Amino acid sequence: MNSISTKYATLIAMVAVIVIAPMFFPSSFYYRIGALIFINGLAVMGLVVLIGYAGQVSLGHAGFVGIGAYAAALGPIYLGLPPVLGIVLGALISGSLAWLIGRPILRLRGHYLAVATLGVGILIYMVLNNEAQLTGGPDGMPVQAIGLKEFLKSIGYSVKGSVMWYWLAAIVLLVGAVIGLNLHDSPTGRALRSLHDSEIAARTVGIDVARYKLRAFVISAVYASVAGSQLALMNKFISPDVASFLHSVELVTMTVLGGASVIFGALVGATILTALPQVLTMFEDFEHVLLGLIMMLVMIFMRAGLVPSLIKLIRRLTK
Amino acid sequence: MSEFLQFLFSGVTVGAVYALVALGFTIIYNASDVVNFAQGEFVMLGGMSTVFLYEAGIPLFPAAVLAIILTSIVGVALNKLAIEPARGASVVSLIIITIGASIFLRGMAQIVFDKQIHRFPAFSGEQPFVVGGATILPQSLWIIFGALAIFGALYFFFTKTLTGKAVLATANNRDAAKLMGINTNFIMTLSFAMSAGIGAIAGVLVTPMTLTSYDVGIALALKGFAAAMLGGMGRPLGALVGGLAIGMIEAMTAGYISSEYKDAATFIVILAVLFIMPNGIFGRSAIDRV
Amino acid sequence: MTLLQIEGLGINFGGLAAVDKVSFAAKPGEIVSIIGPNGAGKTTLFNLISGIYTPSCGRVMLSGQDITALPPHRLAALGMSRTFQNLQVFQQMSVLENVMAGCHMGEGNHIFADLLALPATRARTRKSRTTALELLGRVGLADQADQEASALSYGALKRLEIARALATNPRLLLLDEPAAGCNAVETEEIDNLIAQIAEEGIAILLVEHDMKLVMKISNHIVVLDHGKKITEGTPQDVAKDPKVIEAYLGSSAGKEVSNAVG
Repeated sequence: MNSISTKYATLIAMVAVIVIAPMFFPSSFYYRIGALIFINGLAVMGLVVLIGYAGQVSLGHAGFVGIGAYAAALGPIYLGLPPVLGIVLGALISGSLAWLIGRPILRLRGHYLAVATLGVGILIYMVLNNEAQLTGGPDGMPVQAIGLKEFLKSIGYSVKGSVMWYWLAAIVLLVGAVIGLNLHDSPTGRALRSLHDSEIAARTVGIDVARYKLRAFVISAVYASVAGSQLALMNKFISPDVASFLHSVELVTMTVLGGASVIFGALVGATILTALPQVLTMFEDFEHVLLGLIMMLVMIFMRAGLVPSLIKLIRRLTK
Repeated sequence: MSEFLQFLFSGVTVGAVYALVALGFTIIYNASDVVNFAQGEFVMLGGMSTVFLYEAGIPLFPAAVLAIILTSIVGVALNKLAIEPARGASVVSLIIITIGASIFLRGMAQIVFDKQIHRFPAFSGEQPFVVGGATILPQSLWIIFGALAIFGALYFFFTKTLTGKAVLATANNRDAAKLMGINTNFIMTLSFAMSAGIGAIAGVLVTPMTLTSYDVGIALALKGFAAAMLGGMGRPLGALVGGLAIGMIEAMTAGYISSEYKDAATFIVILAVLFIMPNGIFGRSAIDRV
Repeated sequence: MTLLQIEGLGINFGGLAAVDKVSFAAKPGEIVSIIGPNGAGKTTLFNLISGIYTPSCGRVMLSGQDITALPPHRLAALGMSRTFQNLQVFQQMSVLENVMAGCHMGEGNHIFADLLALPATRARTRKSRTTALELLGRVGLADQADQEASALSYGALKRLEIARALATNPRLLLLDEPAAGCNAVETEEIDNLIAQIAEEGIAILLVEHDMKLVMKISNHIVVLDHGKKITEGTPQDVAKDPKVIEAYLGSSAGKEVSNAVG
């Protein structure tokens, strides 16, 4: 069936990108950029579920990235957790928080939902920024390494940190993609996509719209949190900026730019917006002008986002 | 008491600025259903253009007028080049477009102007008035009364002039307005010009007090958006009340609790209000039409 | 035995009674049509019954249970489904998926199984697909199953909504202008479809402008004017009722009423 082939096509394309890209990397710095893209891509996949499947906006998702990051940073210090379990802790906190605040917030629609999620994101950011005795405040704090590199070395594999994180983040991204794709064609996914198109009709076929919106919100918060934990563990350092409003906007922009309705769009959107600033620094002063211009042009001329628009174009050409 | 009065003055001053930014959001939203996140850049452009025209030797007042006109032209260009071509796009797409526009304008300001912090002299000197033991700068009064004058003028425009009524009719029902022979494209252009102009006026009023630079727009856009939503999107009165409310909450939190958490207090109040009133204080509830 | 009982149902919009204390009943397998001039409150009445608006007064009873103002998804679970005058199709889903979404309640609630695509989830999806394909065959859309819903014609979308509503396994089906925008052949098909559905024992509430269709298939007709019920009865009784003629007077529908009865 059509949807099954979409699932495997997406996964094959992603694996291909992940495996082939390093062949063109001139230095190990590019592995780092790649890992960053995959980590952002994971958070964006969560937003694909929320924005693309369920049609709900969030301008505060960087808050959950922040929770994941600081859980990975603080868990080992205060709870004696191994850093990897910090990821789980972050996911639990983010998921529970999303579940708690999601119920009242998701009653809001459109721009009201946007401002409420924005508020939640800013509140999380403020706590991370201001509770300096816990989080190190705006200067950030160091994060304990996961120790995988040392482990690999002890069994005879010597690998650079950036290279290791490239493959690690890629695997997590693929797991995220499989889950997101599974969801798309499951009963839950159909419920989400139907309430996206018509809440009223979704209700009349028995879908508890509030409950499903909440599920999408919790799922997307967990994706964001895991991405944040990885970011902290890879950088071995974290500052509240990961939870800032601008990062939230960046994530939403990646989602919409790549194409909010498709999982592969998450990788494309994350690639463009993570790599673009690196490329645009060549243009120095024109960096922001170009970034703004690209955002506007894509949204005006490819409303569905890059991937769906290109698929449509290819279908039309091959017909 | 004098302490309270001091916080009150500062709250009303800041609140008046937020109210003007929120008003800009409201006008564009009414004409086009677009929430324009580039609204803060209009404030920045108003202030920065005035600075550079003034430094080029033009007297302050004509420089300000010129800056406001220039900003309005930018507003119209934004509408023609980015908003009109995207008509019918989803809420999220439009948010991204206007955020893109805001990044673009910020980038342009960086190139055309510079990355320094600027100001120009206050309109009526820097000698504060003392009222009940608290002090207030003359520029604060300019801001407060300037904002009131703009709200008053808009009230007159919307209720007493034919064009103003056409704007309201368009806001209520664009299709019906079109059928009545109202040129809704013109109304949109006019709304962007007005909204940008009002943003620029806010920028001119506030620069002597808070200084300006290419990146002051984001924070103002956030607060203005929050104020507009708090009051109820699409209601000018909501913009005024929402703006003043947020200014007061910030000033009181900063004064009595902690300046670090003033933004937190603002958003806690907004969340609380939206839980009770999902369409803001003055917003109309939308009935599902099927 | 009464399935649906409406008692004094009403709602005010800004002081105006859009629906004013309307009462009637429907039995299983019965086709009850609600007619009246434009603006009589037919769709509003549907929105009240189906839980989209909260009534200001009155009760809705389903099999003796008070279901007034229950949210639509609870009503769906109790066996009420509907279609919409202004189409509410899931535009970005395929035709098949639209109907599969209608199978939602039969699919249960297994979020983790869905995330992991466990065999049980895939089995549920397969079952929904079979059901949905069957229903699409019934409304004559089997050939278009894999198209995007937005690619269908207006008349086909109307039938798609009926298939989606049937997928919820309703005891009571509310159809809001199912034949609007359909040509004569399509209307005939919808006509047969509605009759078939009723034969299975599903009660049908019908709002329809095509008087010929209404007069032909209804068991019972309720006439609304300005939100009030002015009369009810069999098609023959209603067509002869002077109050009905008066309500429709001058409108082309008035002539249709008399023509339809001949």
